[in-house]
Amino acid sequence: MRGLITAAASGLVFGIGLVVSGMTRPDVVVGFLDVLGTWDPSLGVVMVGALLVHAPLRWLIERRRSPLCSDAFRMPTRRDLDARLVVGAALFGVGWGLAGYCPGPAVVSALPGGPKALTFLAAMLAGMVLVHRVDALAGRPLARVASPERRH
Amino acid sequence: MTIQALLPPLVGGMLIGLAASGYLLFNGRVAGISGIVGGLLQRRTGDRHLQGAFVIGLSGAGLLLAPAAPEAFVNPLSRSTAALVVAGMLVGAGTRLGNGCTSGHGVCGLARSSPRSLVSVLTFMATGAASATAVSQWLGGGL
Repeated sequence: MRGLITAAASGLVFGIGLVVSGMTRPDVVVGFLDVLGTWDPSLGVVMVGALLVHAPLRWLIERRRSPLCSDAFRMPTRRDLDARLVVGAALFGVGWGLAGYCPGPAVVSALPGGPKALTFLAAMLAGMVLVHRVDALAGRPLARVASPERRH
Repeated sequence: MTIQALLPPLVGGMLIGLAASGYLLFNGRVAGISGIVGGLLQRRTGDRHLQGAFVIGLSGAGLLLAPAAPEAFVNPLSRSTAALVVAGMLVGAGTRLGNGCTSGHGVCGLARSSPRSLVSVLTFMATGAASATAVSQWLGGGL
């Protein structure tokens, strides 16, 4: 139960951060990605702010034996590069540049953002399910990158 | 752009970093939104209760802030339904194929110096810039 509350609180703070940063406004996102227009550096500043806080904190946190409300850290362990990673990132980027929504802002904006945000979110969920289905048909379990990791 | 205008993105970004740190410290998981949402759409059990709680908090932020700051959710871009559907499908399929998005790779992965995340971020930044620039340069900003 405690874990559910901390997960919900993390989601809430994450969402507030997205709204405060301007990332729920697709014009701000496109203003960053459109490098030949009136360039808006906001998105870059958001990433810098997030990394300034998270990089040192995650280093400290991952020195712990285990998280506070769960038995083990479950972190991505893969370090190899494959075509799937690059193709996926490339497709994601194209869609992101077209609409100005990435997954976080799409979820945050779904209810207050009107029909455009809701349409985008529904299509995004469909795209995710499509990949799951194709993977299942091909007999591939979804590429798992996270595994329980023991430390010390 | 003034220095003051950079304060909201900086503070917002720091909140995102704080939230990712909280999810790691308390729940031991990476705060990657596409992984969390995608996990909820799979039959596999395990993390689904945590993922559900995270998504409730995330969409709760929108509901909570919308009355106070409705302008934060305005989408002034001219996009047809078809364009939104294509873009959404690309984002959904692409993030599942590539195991992450702006949060999982862009914040959590870069913070952990993951080579996969660095390649992912460079790739989606490049193709994102290409598609956004193409729309504004060749299609007059509408789609």
